[in-house]
Amino acid sequence: MARAVSTRRKALVTICAWAVGIAIFFPILWTVLTSFKTEAEAIASPPSFLFFDWTLENYSTVQERSDYFRHFSNSVIISFGSTLLGLLIAIPAAWSMAFVPGKRTKDVLMWMLSTKMLPPVGVLIPIYLLFRDTGLLDTRIGLVMVLTLINLPIIVWMLFTYFREIPGEILEAARMDGAELWSEIVYVLTPMAVPGIASTLLLNIILSWNEAFWTLNLTAVDAAPLTAFIASYSSPEGLFYAKLSAASTMAIAPILIIGWFSQKQLVRGLTFGAVK
Amino acid sequence: MAFHTRALLSACAMVALCASASAETITIATVNNGDMIRMQGLTKDFTDKNPDIEVKWLTMEENVLRQRVTTDVATKGGQFDVMTIGTYEVPIWGKQGWLVSLNDLPESYDVDDILPAIRGGLTVDGELYAAPFYGESSMVMYRKDLMEKAGLEMPEAPTWDFIVEAAKAMTDKENEIYGICLRGKAGWGENMAFLTAMANSYGARWFDMDWKPQFDTPQWKDTLTTYLDVMNEAGPPGASSNGFNENLALFQTGKCGMWIDATVAASFVTNPKDSQVADKVGFALAPDNGLGKRGNWLWAWSLAIPAGTQKEAAAKKFIEWATSKEYLELVAAEEGWANVPPGTRTSLYENPEYQKVPFAKMTLDSINSADPQNPTVDPVPYVGVQFVAIPEFQGMATVVGQAFSAALAGSMDADAALAAAQAATEREMKKAGYLK
Repeated sequence: MARAVSTRRKALVTICAWAVGIAIFFPILWTVLTSFKTEAEAIASPPSFLFFDWTLENYSTVQERSDYFRHFSNSVIISFGSTLLGLLIAIPAAWSMAFVPGKRTKDVLMWMLSTKMLPPVGVLIPIYLLFRDTGLLDTRIGLVMVLTLINLPIIVWMLFTYFREIPGEILEAARMDGAELWSEIVYVLTPMAVPGIASTLLLNIILSWNEAFWTLNLTAVDAAPLTAFIASYSSPEGLFYAKLSAASTMAIAPILIIGWFSQKQLVRGLTFGAVK
Repeated sequence: MAFHTRALLSACAMVALCASASAETITIATVNNGDMIRMQGLTKDFTDKNPDIEVKWLTMEENVLRQRVTTDVATKGGQFDVMTIGTYEVPIWGKQGWLVSLNDLPESYDVDDILPAIRGGLTVDGELYAAPFYGESSMVMYRKDLMEKAGLEMPEAPTWDFIVEAAKAMTDKENEIYGICLRGKAGWGENMAFLTAMANSYGARWFDMDWKPQFDTPQWKDTLTTYLDVMNEAGPPGASSNGFNENLALFQTGKCGMWIDATVAASFVTNPKDSQVADKVGFALAPDNGLGKRGNWLWAWSLAIPAGTQKEAAAKKFIEWATSKEYLELVAAEEGWANVPPGTRTSLYENPEYQKVPFAKMTLDSINSADPQNPTVDPVPYVGVQFVAIPEFQGMATVVGQAFSAALAGSMDADAALAAAQAATEREMKKAGYLK
């Protein structure tokens, strides 16, 4: 039986939730608002919140100066490509760890996670040299590979957690019915783990979309994604806050929209187990 | 069978022909300031004159670009054919053999026309390793109306004593007007660029001829105490986190009486579209202390060719175009003389049209008063006015900058900051092998 919650308590929780939500969202809202201001209004003190001359000038300048769609398509290819490739590798890996654990499974999982603890700049030069010698510098395929490897520990860990909550008996039953390994993974396990796989997919797309170390350091012109697009608008000598805000808004808009439409899936996947 | 072979051969020949006829593409990495973006916009002039060369651009923020091109040049990655680099990098990279010499530029390029101070900073052992695209120094920008209200008149070449006096007289904290805005944010290119240049005018230096750090000398103490006193009395609140952009915002919104910073700021603060004080700004040389050295810096963004490139000839052609006299005329014709990249060529300052630009003379005088080979009163073993052109400097100066920024924030006094700077620098210099 659900516990009775008083109206006052409900109101308090709602207010708190809204306050936290607004505090988190405010910088993004401010960026969007600044993108519609002139440069002079962007630095005005005290700043105006809504009552200023709205202008689209910054967006047209940004579009004129850089090729947004090339950067955008690179971002899409790199983030989706690396996530899908990562899932392809991680689903069988997580399956074996969840259902056929060995003596060292836990150690392997911890070891995989430990690779995330090394600061990326520590391996920049070796990776750069490898990329140079294999001709992968400034290629989308190279970035897909690097981002796959970087996000693989997270993908494996997330999937492992979801898979572990699926009762092994269901898979056993499938085996009793004559399912082979491949059919077991594709027809039994995957449909049951869809919420988990979906939230892993979404989270990794967001992580790859926002990744700004490797995408800046391993690209030049051809494979440069939206992170490079933003980096061309921040300036240590010159106040171009409005243009920078316009570039940032254009860069985060696609992922914000995807996140908005898939938030239910994302929250469900992150907060619930696979079988409840 | 014979027919197939012939067809295959002709196809191969066609492909080879197409490949040889297709244009060579050069990739240029550059910082995203106004002059460079203008150059990007004018690329068509270059490609029209050189139809066999195509140009691709990577424009980035200074710090990101520095990291990106350093990785590439050090590993001979070959990603870029032309790089925009600063006066700090050129001597270090030139010595390492990472850059292609530009000594063979044709006579028509007129290399002797490049301002000697700028050229000196880009030359290592007689080899010119980069061609300057634009040069800048630092100067005093001040509010003429506030100066008049304070009953003072700014000389063309002020002293530090005058600046301190004027800053205190112009301050009106109740109305949020602060006499002076200076960099306080920690960083080798932030507060340390300003303080190192200021220290030169006090006769201070980073190292003596034996590479021994000099922060324990009275000259550095004078520099830092003057800076802290004037900033505490007449500076804006929270100055320890102010860099170029923060001070620019304060100046443009009418909150600073004086601002000593890069000459490039002149075009921003006098632009009525962005600046509320555009018609009230005056300029003066950076201050001195009667020792024959002014507290201004010298910087040039220059174009260089990394040693790993396969397209050296095309890259040289581009550099020749972008840093030529003809390019300056092209910008003047398209966008007016005020938008011509400043500070590189003597002939530009002899041009009567350019002499009409309000900040032209001040920029030239500032650049000419800086000498990267002899930055301060006593001799030094290094090159550089507001930096020391050794690879260890970035890390060291950032640590020193943090101590000085902490002193400005009030969490330590000047003596403690100087002691910390001395200790950190000695440690680093020992580690790097300069000191026994």
